[in-house]
Amino acid sequence: MRNSSYKGVVAAAIVVALTATACTGQGPVENKPDKPALFKPGSEISYSKYSKSYPKTKVRDVPGPCSYESISRKDYSGQTLKIISHAIPVIGEPTQLHAEQFEEITGAKVEVINVPFGELHQKILTPLQAGQPAYDVMFYPSLWVGDMAPHLAPVPKKYLDTPGMKDVTKAYMDVATWDGKVVQYPVDGDRHYLKVRTDVLGDPKRQAAYKAATGKDLRTPRTWAEYQEVAAFFSGKDVDGDGKPNFGSAEVTKRDDLTFSAFISRAAPYVKHPDVGGGLFFDLETMEPLINTPGFVRALEDMVKAKSTWAPGGANFGLGDEILSFGGGQSVMSYSWDDAFIQGQQPDGTIRNKIGAAPLPGSDEAYNRTTKAWDKKPNQAPYFTWGWTSAVAKAARNQDMAFDYLCFFSNEANTALDLTIGRFGVNPYRKAHFDAKFWERQGWEKDVAESYVHTLSGMESSTNRVFDLRVPGVNGYMSALANGVAAALAGQQAPQRALDDVAAEWERITDRIGKDKVRTAYRHVVALEDN
Amino acid sequence: MEALRRHKSMFLLPGLLTLALIIIFPLLFTIRVSFSGWNVSNPQLDFIGGANYTAMLHDSRFWASIMRLVLLAGGTVLIQYVIGFGMALLVWREARGRRLWRVLFLVPMMTTPVVMAAIWQMIFHESLGPVNDLLGMLGLSKVPWLTESGPALVALMTVEVWQWTPFMFLLLLAGLLSLPKEPFMAAAIDGAGPWRTFRKVTFPLMAPVSVAAIIIRLIEASKLSDSVYVLTSGGPGSSTETPGYYLYIQGLRDQQTGYSGAMSLTYLVLMIVTLTVAAALLARAFKLKGDS
Repeated sequence: MRNSSYKGVVAAAIVVALTATACTGQGPVENKPDKPALFKPGSEISYSKYSKSYPKTKVRDVPGPCSYESISRKDYSGQTLKIISHAIPVIGEPTQLHAEQFEEITGAKVEVINVPFGELHQKILTPLQAGQPAYDVMFYPSLWVGDMAPHLAPVPKKYLDTPGMKDVTKAYMDVATWDGKVVQYPVDGDRHYLKVRTDVLGDPKRQAAYKAATGKDLRTPRTWAEYQEVAAFFSGKDVDGDGKPNFGSAEVTKRDDLTFSAFISRAAPYVKHPDVGGGLFFDLETMEPLINTPGFVRALEDMVKAKSTWAPGGANFGLGDEILSFGGGQSVMSYSWDDAFIQGQQPDGTIRNKIGAAPLPGSDEAYNRTTKAWDKKPNQAPYFTWGWTSAVAKAARNQDMAFDYLCFFSNEANTALDLTIGRFGVNPYRKAHFDAKFWERQGWEKDVAESYVHTLSGMESSTNRVFDLRVPGVNGYMSALANGVAAALAGQQAPQRALDDVAAEWERITDRIGKDKVRTAYRHVVALEDN
Repeated sequence: MEALRRHKSMFLLPGLLTLALIIIFPLLFTIRVSFSGWNVSNPQLDFIGGANYTAMLHDSRFWASIMRLVLLAGGTVLIQYVIGFGMALLVWREARGRRLWRVLFLVPMMTTPVVMAAIWQMIFHESLGPVNDLLGMLGLSKVPWLTESGPALVALMTVEVWQWTPFMFLLLLAGLLSLPKEPFMAAAIDGAGPWRTFRKVTFPLMAPVSVAAIIIRLIEASKLSDSVYVLTSGGPGSSTETPGYYLYIQGLRDQQTGYSGAMSLTYLVLMIVTLTVAAALLARAFKLKGDS
């Protein structure tokens, strides 16, 4: 009796094990034939039925393979799509919203897992490295491509040929490309640029006061030195007449909250010499870190000096704080992603249509690492910082469904609406998005819209671009950099000493990961920068 | 008889197996990982000798975090002990509303550390926080609680004391309630006042409970990381980083698995040695006081 029950348990265990093996080892699925479309060509699309918090704006469905009409022909009933994305709202909310819509129109079951930023890398990469098909679609920061690329399915030609994909700007197609293959599906475009209060900087009375105090004309800063002067002048002054002091600059300074990106913005014009190629963060040939060279040190000295121009608590600002400080009118200037600008332009915002965009400040000289000297000439280096991207896992069972979801997510109608909702974290990445008229339709004044699109599109033509360190283990490198920057800002170490420590740590990380492995990946970054 | 003894020992098997599964195997695996180059782009258990340990010896951030923890844990546990003892003495005797006080004193301990840290983050906010508002009312300048190294450490210690003093209070109150009445009656007959009674009777009798309470809290404090994560993220710079938080950064966020394994084992050994020595010293100190 006991013996037979034992055999039964063993048999059951074998059945379960075989079933599990069969489930994970299945090949690609057979898709069902198309069904009648649920949408007519050019239907009006609105998000209003999904939440009261969404604008009632209506846009037209643009015909094409990714449109509501085309995707609604697909029949994915009985199939499950697993997606991992960032926490709600930034990119997580549009992921959820478009998943709900995709379910409705294709019959697929879509499971979305939203994960806080600090856990996203590990949650995505661990199953990928173990060869487990935990998620079919992944949304993550584009600078992780060095870690992700071996596990990603290249975007098939039929999706690369869609009108939406053809309209993606060259810079963002570059960001999506790894080793000659498009492995990331563009859903967002990001860069750092300068945002200023035009009502303050353009005010004749303040211009006169500035001239009297400094002997210089008050204008949108063109160099980091000018930025410091303007920020210092306005710090502590009440520019709104609300009885509260305003401050010169809002910056991302909290160590583990994207400070590394803010620092790269400040360093870009000092370290990206237009005549010197072969690497910005490392010397490509020797893989010696350049993070403690004079250009980076100068940028960190500037950043330490800027502390006096920050609002209370400004030395511990995360991205959210920077967005609210500039977008809420507390600070006169800031530089980072689009969000602070979009926040400032919210319909109920106090500084709506009183702001302008401009290229990141440059410098009057750039450090030449080959001659080990400063070259006295004006320099500008736009920073194409990381943004959200998406990809399909090689291990995804139904890659057609996964790519259809991404092509639907980023179709023209959805993107047009997503761009207008600040908290979604979707920013311009197609040529069509650089149309001032589109933003004027959102209630932006002409000069605000033009400053915005000219700043963004102007970066595209630069031949002195800066990108992120898109190599395996990038998080470790950036964590070490953020720690060095934070140590200098906190007065724990002098800038040179802090960056020397970062360089030493980078060498240790490179040794741990493997010099050749990092060099191979870094070669792709250098190719983007030396365009 | 021998067979019976062997039979009896079979009953230990489930417990031993559980112990092996949840403690011994992970520990052995961590030891193995600590000698590997397992990292974010190399999820392999390759053997690299003592390279991780050598790197750790040169990692000033790791050693600084340990020294910082010694200061934080030592300081906060001492303060918790003094305040906790005071609170326990307050409600030990038949005080008015004793039950209400007991419940109120325990509220901070019942709150999730992350939530508590988030609340304190708002309390210490430089421009909107009530602490700086109060200082302003008193004519004092605002303190950058979370953006300067010194004040940030004070803020962190404040949160720790606030959160864990009730635990000390609970243990010490239990100790006080279990004390025999006779020594106190004898002290009263001898005409001893409250202070003398405390010094000569209460405190010596509470020595074993005091040592246990302090050691338990030191063990807990050595794991300090959740409130650091929320309140300061280890900043400004790395001035509030604790070993627990640094291990999180290296092991989980940056996925330097082999290296963080080496650090966690080293930290474990250091903690065992330190706490064993601390327990011995505390026992001796309290015993000496008791004899006197």
